[in-house]
Amino acid sequence: MVDMNSASDQPLLVAEELGKSYGRLAACRDVSFVLYPGEVLAIVGESGSGKSTLLQMLSAQLAPSAGRVSYRMRDGVLRSLADLGEAERRFLFRTDWGYVHQDPAQGLRMAVSAGANVGERLMAIGWNNYGRIRQTASSWLQRVEIDAARIDDAPRTYSGGMRQRLQIARNLVTEPRLVFMDEPTGGLDVSVQARLLDLMRSLVNELGLAAIVVTHDLAVARLLSHRVMVMKEGRVIETGLTDQVLDDPREPYTQLLVSSILPP
Amino acid sequence: MTLMLDVENARKTFTMHLQGGISLPVVRDVSFKVNAGECVVLSGPSGAGKSSILKMIFGNYRCDGGRISVRHQGEMTNLAGAEPRLVLNARRMTIGYVSQFLRAVPRVPALDVVAEPLLTAGLSREDARVRAGALLGRLNIPERLWSLPPSTFSGGEQQRVNIARGFISNVPILLLDEPTASLDAANRAVVVDLIAAKKQAGVAMIAIVHDDEVRMQIADRTVDVTTFAAAA
Amino acid sequence: MNAPTYNFAYLDEQTKRMIRRAILKAIAIPGYQVPFASREMPMPYGWGTGGVQVTAAILGPHDVLKVIDQGSDDTTNAISIRKFFAKTAGVETTTSTEEASVIQTRHRIPEAPLREGQVLVFQVPIPEPLRFLEPRETETRRMHALAEYGLMHVKLYEDIARFGHIATSYAYPVKVNARYVMDPSPTPKFDNPKMDNCPALQLFGAGREKRIYAIPPYTSVVSLDFEDHPFTRYKFDAPCALCGAEDSYLDEIVTDDKGSRMFVCSDTDYCEGRQAAGHRGVENAAPHKEGAHG
Repeated sequence: MVDMNSASDQPLLVAEELGKSYGRLAACRDVSFVLYPGEVLAIVGESGSGKSTLLQMLSAQLAPSAGRVSYRMRDGVLRSLADLGEAERRFLFRTDWGYVHQDPAQGLRMAVSAGANVGERLMAIGWNNYGRIRQTASSWLQRVEIDAARIDDAPRTYSGGMRQRLQIARNLVTEPRLVFMDEPTGGLDVSVQARLLDLMRSLVNELGLAAIVVTHDLAVARLLSHRVMVMKEGRVIETGLTDQVLDDPREPYTQLLVSSILPP
Repeated sequence: MTLMLDVENARKTFTMHLQGGISLPVVRDVSFKVNAGECVVLSGPSGAGKSSILKMIFGNYRCDGGRISVRHQGEMTNLAGAEPRLVLNARRMTIGYVSQFLRAVPRVPALDVVAEPLLTAGLSREDARVRAGALLGRLNIPERLWSLPPSTFSGGEQQRVNIARGFISNVPILLLDEPTASLDAANRAVVVDLIAAKKQAGVAMIAIVHDDEVRMQIADRTVDVTTFAAAA
Repeated sequence: MNAPTYNFAYLDEQTKRMIRRAILKAIAIPGYQVPFASREMPMPYGWGTGGVQVTAAILGPHDVLKVIDQGSDDTTNAISIRKFFAKTAGVETTTSTEEASVIQTRHRIPEAPLREGQVLVFQVPIPEPLRFLEPRETETRRMHALAEYGLMHVKLYEDIARFGHIATSYAYPVKVNARYVMDPSPTPKFDNPKMDNCPALQLFGAGREKRIYAIPPYTSVVSLDFEDHPFTRYKFDAPCALCGAEDSYLDEIVTDDKGSRMFVCSDTDYCEGRQAAGHRGVENAAPHKEGAHG
C-alpha cells in the first residue's frame, strides 16, 4: 500500500489544458488534472465523449493540438511527453507504463505462448536468463490466477477473461508505476468482469500503482478508482472523489448517468 | 480536552436536475464540536439530515458552505471542499465510517475484509488477520465463515463484519451510522462495549442510534439535528 | 568470351553504381538493411536475384568467381550462376575457396577459412529477422532504429519452451557490431561463428525484398542466446563418410530406397580437397559426386 503522505507529494502525471481537434471538431477540450503516485483515476462518459482521445494523449500515442502532458520519470524529473524522444517514449511504454486494451488481442501476441507474452518486456529490458524469465512469468500467471501449467499455451487457446488477465500480467511484470486501461472489462461476461475487477483492485493496492481507467461503466469506476472525471462532448464536466461524484452528483449529466445505472 | 472535530455552519442542498432542477435543502448552519474520547449522538426524526451530516463529515457528500475541520495528523484541517487527495488521506489516517450496509467486495474473504484497514495502516498480513479474527469472534461470527466472502452471509452477519471492519482500525474519529440496528441483544452489547473501549482510547465518535437504550449507554452528549433543518 | 550484347556482368553501369552506393552504405552501417532499387534479373526470385546483383556490381575483370549452393559447387543453381557470369563478364571461375576472390553463396559459408580481400556474397530470401513475430515493416524498422530487440529473444524463448533448447538451426539471428540484429540468411547456425571477426567482406543481397546489408571485415558477430541456454554450434555424431572430417557441416544423403544413408560434407570443395590430401572416411567406397549428386 502506498504511503499517501510521503511518496505522493509530487505529482506523477500532470495534464495541462489538453485539447485535440480534428479541423473544426474538438474531440477533447481544456482538460487539466494532476495524478499522484498510487492514485486511480476513472474517466467516465459515453461513447464519443472524448475519453478515449484523452487517454491516447495522456499515454503519448496521440499528439495534443493544445496543452501538454508531463510525467515524472524514474529519476524524479517531471518532463513533457512532447519533449521525449521516440526511444524514450517507447521505453516508458515498455517499462514504467502499462496499457491494458479493451481487446486483449491488441495487447497480446496471440500466436506466442503465455510465458513469452509475459516475459517479452523483461527480455526487452535486457533480461537474459531463460530460467529466471520463465520463473517470473510463471509467478505472474499465478498472480493473475492463471494455472501455471498453461504457461506454454498461446493466448488464442484462452478464454476472454483469461486473456485479459494475461494482458494485465504482461503489463505489470516490469512493475510499472502507471497503467492506462481502456474499458478493461468491456466485452466480458458479468461474472468474469467481477473477478477481473477484484483482481485489478487488489493488484493496484498491492503494487501501489497509479492508474487511469477509461470506462463507461460506473460500477467499474466505483470499484477501482479513487477519483473520477466525468466527460461530455470533449469536456470534463465534473470531477471529484469517486464516491462523492457517484453519491452526490452535481451536474445534470452526471445525475443522469448515475440515475441510469442499477444500484450496486 | 482535545478538539477532534469542529463543524461550523456547514450547509447542504441537493439540486435535482432530473426533476426540473428543484432544490432540496437538507441542512444549514450545522455547527457542533466533538472532543477526543467523546461520543456525540445526532438525534432527530428520519429525514432530518442525520446521515447527510455524517456523509458530509466523511466527504461522501460535498458541503455547499461552512467548514468541517478534523484533527488530521495533529492539525485541525478543513475537509469541506478539500482536494480529493486530502480527503482520501484523512479517511486512511483519521476518519472511519461504519455504515449500516456492507458494500460487499466480491470474492474477498470476511477475514480479509476486516483486516484490510490494518494492512492499509501498515500492519503485516498475519498480525492483521489475527486481530481481525479476534474481533469477528467477539462479534459472534463463527470461524468457519471467516474464509468466505461476506456477500454470501445473512444481513445481520454482513452488518457485524462491517462493524468489525469499522472498529478494527486505529483512526481517532469514528462515524457510526446505526451500528446496532437489527442486531440481537448480545451483539448489541458487544458493540456498546466496543464503543466504550474506543472512548477509553480517546476516539471521538459521532453516532446515529435509534435504539434509546443504546443511546443512553453510549451518548456523552446529544446534538439535535432539527435545529439545523433547512427551511424548504 | 564476353557476349557483345551484354554490358559487363549483365547490369548497366548506372544500376551497378546504384547498387555499389547501397553496398557502401551497408558497409558503413554493419548489419543495417539498406533499401535498393532491385532489378529484374533473368532468373526467378528465390534463385539468388539479390546475390547476383551484388556480385554483378562488385565484379571486376580480374576477379575469380566461385558460386556455391548449400555448400556445393555443382548444383543447378550454382552452375547456372557461374555460367551466367562467365558469359556476361568473362571472369575466371573456380570451385576452389582458396582461389576465389568473390564467392556467391546460398545457405553456406565455406569450411576453409576466408582471407582478407575475399568477398562472400549471400543470397537472402527474407532479410528481416523480426518479420515472423512482427509483420509490420514500419514497426520492425522502428524497432531496428531504436535497437528494441526483446522480440528476438521471444522467438528463442518459444524455442526453449517448446523443444527444451533453442531449436532454431538456420537463419539464427545475430547481433552485428553490437548494434543491429541481423538475419544471416538461411545459413545453418553451424556457420554463425565463421561470421564473427571474419577477414573477408560479407555482403547480403535480397532481390525480392530489395535490401542489401553487410558485415565488414573483422566485425563482431554475436549469436543471440540466453545465459542459461548459450548458443551452441551444431554437433554431428559422426565424421564425414567420405573425407573423415570432424569439423565440417554434413549433409544427409539417402543412398538407396531401403533407407540407407550417409553423412558427407556439404562443402564439396573442402571434402574433395581433404580426399585429395589422402583423408578417407569410413564409407568412402564410391566417388562422392556419384553418391551425393548423381
